[in-house]
Amino acid sequence: MKARVFITLKSGVLDPQGKAIHHALEGLGFSGVNDVRAGKLIELDLTDSTSNSDIEEMCRKLLANTVIENFRIEKLENA
Amino acid sequence: MNSAVIVFPGSNCDRDLAVALEQVTGRKPAMVWHKDSALPDGVDFIGVPGGFSYGDYLRSGAMAARSPIMAAVKDAAARGVPVIGICNGFQVLTEAGLLPGALMRNARLSFVCRPVPLRVENSQSLFTSQYDSGEEIVFPVAHHDGNYQADEAMLDRLEGEGRVAFRYLDSVNGSARNIAGILNDAGNVLGLMPHPERVVEPAHGGTDGRRLFEGLLEAVNA
Repeated sequence: MKARVFITLKSGVLDPQGKAIHHALEGLGFSGVNDVRAGKLIELDLTDSTSNSDIEEMCRKLLANTVIENFRIEKLENA
Repeated sequence: MNSAVIVFPGSNCDRDLAVALEQVTGRKPAMVWHKDSALPDGVDFIGVPGGFSYGDYLRSGAMAARSPIMAAVKDAAARGVPVIGICNGFQVLTEAGLLPGALMRNARLSFVCRPVPLRVENSQSLFTSQYDSGEEIVFPVAHHDGNYQADEAMLDRLEGEGRVAFRYLDSVNGSARNIAGILNDAGNVLGLMPHPERVVEPAHGGTDGRRLFEGLLEAVNA
């Protein structure tokens, strides 16, 4: 079973990398960009018996630094 | 004083720290591999060195902070053993929950590598007792992720409780309140981004860092 974890900075935390990306997009001529925040995607390939709370624990214990980051889990059902 | 320096895959300032400790204390530290489950007996001081543990993958210090040896380091810290985290070591200590807050990418995005002026904010701790309160010193920095951040309540608490050990005199990396180094609640754990071990002998171009290790030695032998 596959899961995707999206890790993003908490709102209010300054994101200088997002700002740099914003400036670079503007430099390329994209004028409609109001703000950019950059995060991470972690893809997990897990045995089917892995529970939602297991994945949350992975996020809390390692994948996200909950001082400054949020996480969101998406489970991908096998087609 | 029996010292231990923790070595993670990618640590590269462990030997500089070991040399500084041997010079000041007269005793070679034990170099402890991160996969060990125990520290040597009778360790009086633990150093968590700078470098690029785990290549800074995921987050700087994140995976090193979950190494097997860290349980023993946390136990020792809880028992009052002095612990210093320098640069990547500071990142490891915040990730391990031994110090509050987090170290983020430098505000101006570039890697900063130069000597920086600091002010000793707290000269009462066992690490800073040989400095004067408010003394201005110079330590070198070399980091990409030295931007110290914590929420306002924690920052106020750190200031109010005298737990800011060192402050940058100019903006170096965007750290909140220009905080360069902090202490834990009990005052036995210090984390700082600048490198005291790189300024302990005249050939280094400065010796301001020596007194940090001398103060530590004095406190341990008291």
